Amino acid sequence: MNRTYSRQLYEMLSSMRFAVSLLTVLAIASIIGTVLKQNEPYNNYLNQFGQFWFPVFEAIGLYSVYHASWFLAILAFLVVSTSLCIIRQSPGMVREMKSFRTGAREASLRQFAHQHTTQTALTHTEAERVVTTYLAAQGYKSKSKAQADGLLIAAKAGSWNRMGYMLAHGAIVMICIGGLLDGDLPLKVEMLLGNKQVTSLDKPFAQIGPESRLGPDHWSYRGNVFLPEGKRGNIAVLNVKDGALLQELPFLITLKQFHIEHYSTGMPKRFASDIVITNPKTGAEIERTIEVNKPFEYMGVSLYQASFEDGGSKLKLKAHSLLPGSTKVFDAETEVGGSLQLKQGEEPLRVEVTGFRPFNVENMSQPTPTDSEKNTLAMLNRHLGSGAKSPDSKDLKNVGPSFSYKLRDAAGQAREYNNYMVPVTQEGRSFFMTGMRETQADGFRYLRLPADENDKLDTWFALRAILTTPKEHALIARRFAATAMSGEGVSDTMRARLADTAERTLHLYAERGFESLGKFINDTVPEAEREKAADVFVRVLQGSTWEAWQLLRERQKLKPLEMTTTRADFVRDTVNSISDSFHYGSPVYLELDQFEEIKASVIQATRSPGKNGVYLGCALLVAGVFFMLYVRERRLFVLLKDSGEVLLALSSNRKTLDTDGEFARHQETITTLLNHGPRTS
Amino acid sequence: MDLAQANHAPKPYLKGRSALDWLAALLLSAGGLFALAQYGQYMDDYEQAILLAAIPTFIALAWAWAGLRNLLAGVALLSLGGIELYHADLARAEQAFLLKYFLSSQTAIGWMCFLFFFATATYWLGLLARSDFAEKTGTVLTWAATVMGTTGLLVRWYESYLIGPDIGHIPISNLYEVFVLFSLITALLYLHYERHYATRRLGAFVLIVISAAVAFTLWYTFSRGAHEIQPLVPALQSYWMKIHVPANFIGYGAFALAAMIGVAWLLAERGILATRLPSLVMMEDVMYKAIAIGFAFFTIATILGALWAAEAWGTYWQWDPKETWALIVWLNYAAWLHLRLTKGLRGAVLAWWAVVGLLVTTFAFLGVNMFLSGLHSYGAL
Ligand code: HEM
Repeated sequence: MNRTYSRQLYEMLSSMRFAVSLLTVLAIASIIGTVLKQNEPYNNYLNQFGQFWFPVFEAIGLYSVYHASWFLAILAFLVVSTSLCIIRQSPGMVREMKSFRTGAREASLRQFAHQHTTQTALTHTEAERVVTTYLAAQGYKSKSKAQADGLLIAAKAGSWNRMGYMLAHGAIVMICIGGLLDGDLPLKVEMLLGNKQVTSLDKPFAQIGPESRLGPDHWSYRGNVFLPEGKRGNIAVLNVKDGALLQELPFLITLKQFHIEHYSTGMPKRFASDIVITNPKTGAEIERTIEVNKPFEYMGVSLYQASFEDGGSKLKLKAHSLLPGSTKVFDAETEVGGSLQLKQGEEPLRVEVTGFRPFNVENMSQPTPTDSEKNTLAMLNRHLGSGAKSPDSKDLKNVGPSFSYKLRDAAGQAREYNNYMVPVTQEGRSFFMTGMRETQADGFRYLRLPADENDKLDTWFALRAILTTPKEHALIARRFAATAMSGEGVSDTMRARLADTAERTLHLYAERGFESLGKFINDTVPEAEREKAADVFVRVLQGSTWEAWQLLRERQKLKPLEMTTTRADFVRDTVNSISDSFHYGSPVYLELDQFEEIKASVIQATRSPGKNGVYLGCALLVAGVFFMLYVRERRLFVLLKDSGEVLLALSSNRKTLDTDGEFARHQETITTLLNHGPRTS
Repeated sequence: MDLAQANHAPKPYLKGRSALDWLAALLLSAGGLFALAQYGQYMDDYEQAILLAAIPTFIALAWAWAGLRNLLAGVALLSLGGIELYHADLARAEQAFLLKYFLSSQTAIGWMCFLFFFATATYWLGLLARSDFAEKTGTVLTWAATVMGTTGLLVRWYESYLIGPDIGHIPISNLYEVFVLFSLITALLYLHYERHYATRRLGAFVLIVISAAVAFTLWYTFSRGAHEIQPLVPALQSYWMKIHVPANFIGYGAFALAAMIGVAWLLAERGILATRLPSLVMMEDVMYKAIAIGFAFFTIATILGALWAAEAWGTYWQWDPKETWALIVWLNYAAWLHLRLTKGLRGAVLAWWAVVGLLVTTFAFLGVNMFLSGLHSYGAL
C-alpha cells in the first residue's frame, strides 16, 4: 500500500469520529437485540415473520445479534481503533506528563484565560523560594528556568490525569479482547472451518458422533448438564443456532440430591445440588453443594446451579373411564417424560406425562371489598404502618401434588391436562380439580369434580355412569316422580307425565349435558318461557340425580340418606360437573394415586479463560475513569521579570469553575507573598 | 515559620475539627462497634469488614459535610426510636401511636413523599417570588424528607426481620424500594451541589424529577400494593446486590439531576427565568459534575453487575436486555464526556443531550422491566 494511503487509514482508524461511528452502530444493533427476543427456537421466528422475512433476518443474524459475525467485526474494529488511538496519543501524553513547559514565552502566557500581573520588590532568588515553597505545599511540582528577561517558574499538578486516559482506554481494549475470547468466536471459527456441525438432539448422547462433540480442552464454552438424582454425567449441551453441540467435561458429575426450599408464600427460597465430582484420571472424588449465587470451580470449569426439572418422577395412576355408562377403572404406572397407550372407544390414545409438582401454593382468598375501601381516608389508613402488611388479604394454601400430561389422538393432535391429587376446598365444598387446554397459549380451564363424603370421587363416577346409562333412565324417572309427587291428591297420570318428562330430560342430558337440553329448549319452547323451562329441567335433573344416588345405595345394600344442605350442594355440583365433563375432551380421567418424586438439577458448566483479563480491565477502567475525571491537570506559571513585574498564569485541561476558584486563591496568596515577603508569624 | 507555610499549607486534617465533629465520630464508632459486638456472630467476614470500613467512611463524610452529619444524627435517632417502639412485635405498628402515624416504614415513607412534594412547591414559590425565605424553607423540607425516607427504609429493614429471620433483607431488592432509594440519593446529590455552589435556585427543577419518582412510588403503592415486603428469591440472595444496586442508583440519580439542570439551562438560554436562575456557566459546571460522578458510579455499578452475573448466571456478560441497556447508557454518557472534555463543546447540544440522556436512562431503569423480557425479573411492573 502507498505510504500516504496507509497513513490516512491509520488516521481514520485512530480518529475519535471513527470510534464514535462504530459505537453508534454498536448501540443500535444492541437495541435491536433487546427488542427482538434472542435465541428462541427458529419456529417462533418463522411464525412471527413469515416465509419471506424469516430467511432474510436469519441471514443478517438478527436471531442472535450479539453473536453475528458483523457484530463481532464491529467489536474487533473498536478494539483496533481504540488501540491505535492509544498508540497515537500516548507518546504525546507521556511527554506532556513529564514536561514542565519551561519554554513558555510571555506572549503565550498572556493568552491564558487565567492570568494576573503584579509587582514584587524581592530578588528572583527570594521570590523563587517563596513561590516554590508555597506551590509545593499546594501539591505542585515546579521547575525554574532563566529566560531572556527574567525567571520562569513552571509548576504542574495532577499529571495522573493523562495516566487516566491510558488506563481507561487500555482497559477497554483489554475487556473487549477478553470478552471476544470468552464469547463464541473460537467456536465460530471451528464451525466455519467445517469441523463441527450442530445436532438436533433427537437421539441419545451416545449415538451422537464426533462432528457434534467438543473435547474437554475446548477453549471456552457455556452449556447445561441435565442430571436426575442419582445419575451421573459429563456432557454439557451448548445451544448453537437452531441446534446443539455436546461439550465433554474433563470430569464426571454425580447428582446425589437436589434440594428445593420454599417460603411460606410459596416463593422459592433455596435451590441446591449436592454433587460429587470425579476426576477420571485419578479417581479422586470431591463432594460439594452448589447453590444459586454459590458456584464451584474445578479444573478451570465453573459449575452453577442453573435450574431444575423433574427427573422422571414415578407415578401410579388410576384411569377412570368416562365412556357412557362405564365404571371401568384400570391401574397404570408411568414416569414423567414417559407415555402410556390407552384404548378407550374406537381411537387409540397416547398419554404423554409432561410434569409433576409435589405441591402447589395457591391464593385461595376471595376478594371481599369492604365499605371502607371507598373512603380515601380509610384507604390511606390501610397504607400506614409496617411494610409487612399485605394490602389485600391473602390466604395461601398448599393444595397438594399435581401432574400434567398430554393426550394425543391418532391424528397427532394433543390436549393438555393438569390434575390435582387431593381435593381443594372452595366455598366450603371439596373438589378435585382437573384442567384442560387445547393449546399452550391458553390457560387451563378447570373442571371441578365434587368429592364425596369420603373425600373420594367414587360417588361421582358411579352417578355419572348410571346417569349416562339410558336403560336406567326409566327407573330413575319413576322414582323421581314418586318422590316429587308423593301427596295424596296427585293422580297417577300426572305422576306418569312427570316421570315421562324426567326420562326425556335424562336422555337429553346423557347426550351432551346442558348443551343438548339447551338446544331442545331453544327448538321447542317459545322464547318468553325458556328461562322457566330451563329452571324446571335443572330441578328435574337434580331430583333425579338424588334418586339415582339413593338407587345406587340400595343396590349396595346401604341405608338411604337424609337430605342435608351439604348433600344438596353435592347433587347440584354433580349435575353441573357431569354436564361439563362432556366437554372434557378425554374419554378417561387420570387420577394420581401414588408418586415417588425424582428431581433433576440443571447445572451450568462454563469455561471462560478471558475472565481474568476482563476483570483486570475492569479494575483499570475504574481507576482510569477516576483519574480522568477527578484529577485535574493544572499548570501554573510565575514569570518574574527583571523589571519587578510578575506575571501569573494558570491553565488546566479541565475547564470548570473550580479552576477559577483555584486561580483566584493562588493569585491572592502569591501576590501577598511577593509584596510583603516571607515573614515569620 | 514561613507565612507561606503557616497560612497556606493545608491544615492537618484532624486539627480544627469541631466538638460536634468529634461527637459524631464517637457516636459512629460506638454504634458500629456495638453492632459488631451484638450481631457480629450473624455476619460473615465480608460483612464484618464492610461494617468496620463503614465507620471511618461515615466519619469522613460527616466531617466533610455538616448537613450529612445532622442527617445521620436525625436518622439514627428516629430509626432507633422506631425500632425500640416495636418491642419486636409487628402488630405494634397498628397500636403504638408514634409508629402508626410517624415512624413505621410505610408512614415514614409517606411523610417523605409529602415533604418532597411540599419542598418542590416551596422551591418554586421561592424561584418565582424571588423569596430567599421560601427557598431556605425548601432546603429544610428537602432535608426533612431525606431524614424521613432514610428512616423509613431502615425501619423497613428491621420490619423485614420481624416477619421472619429468613425473610429479613436490606430494602433495596424491588422496584418499590429502589424508587425510594432513588429519591433519597437524588435529593442528597442536589443538596450537596446546593451547598457547593451556594445557590438554591436549581432546587425547583431538581425536585421535579424527585416528585415524579415519588408520584410513581405512590401510584405503585396504592394501585399495585408494591410496598409489601417480599422475601428474596435465590437469585437475589447475594452480597453483590447490596453494592450493585446503590452504585447504580447514584448513577441514575446523578443523571436525573444533570438532566433537570439541562432543562433549566435551556430555559434560561431562551430568556425564560433567566434572571432568576444561576449563570449558564455555573449550570454547565453543575451538569458536568453530576454527569462525571454519575458516570464514575455507573461504571462501577455495571462492573459489579457483571461480577454478580458471573456468580449467579455463570457469565459476566450475556447481552441480557438490562445489561445491554446499561451499556447503551454508559456509552451515551461516555460520548457526552468526550464531547465536553476533548472537543471542548459547551452549551445547548450538551444540555439537550443530558435531557435525552435521562430518557435513555429511564428506559434502562424502567422500560426494560416493562417492555422487554430477560433475566432481570427483579422488579417487573
Ligand atoms: C469504547 C469506547 C470508549 C469509551 C467508553 C471511552 C471513554 C472515555 C472517557 C470516559 C473519557 C473521559 C473524558 C476525558 O477525561 O477526556 C475519554 C477521554 C478520551 N478519549 Fe475515549 N473512550 C472510548 C474510545 C475512544 C477512542 C476510540 C478514542 C480514540 C480516538 C478515544 C479518545 C479519547 C481521548 C483523546 C480522550 C481525552 C483524554 C484526555 O484528554 O484526558 N476514546 N474516553
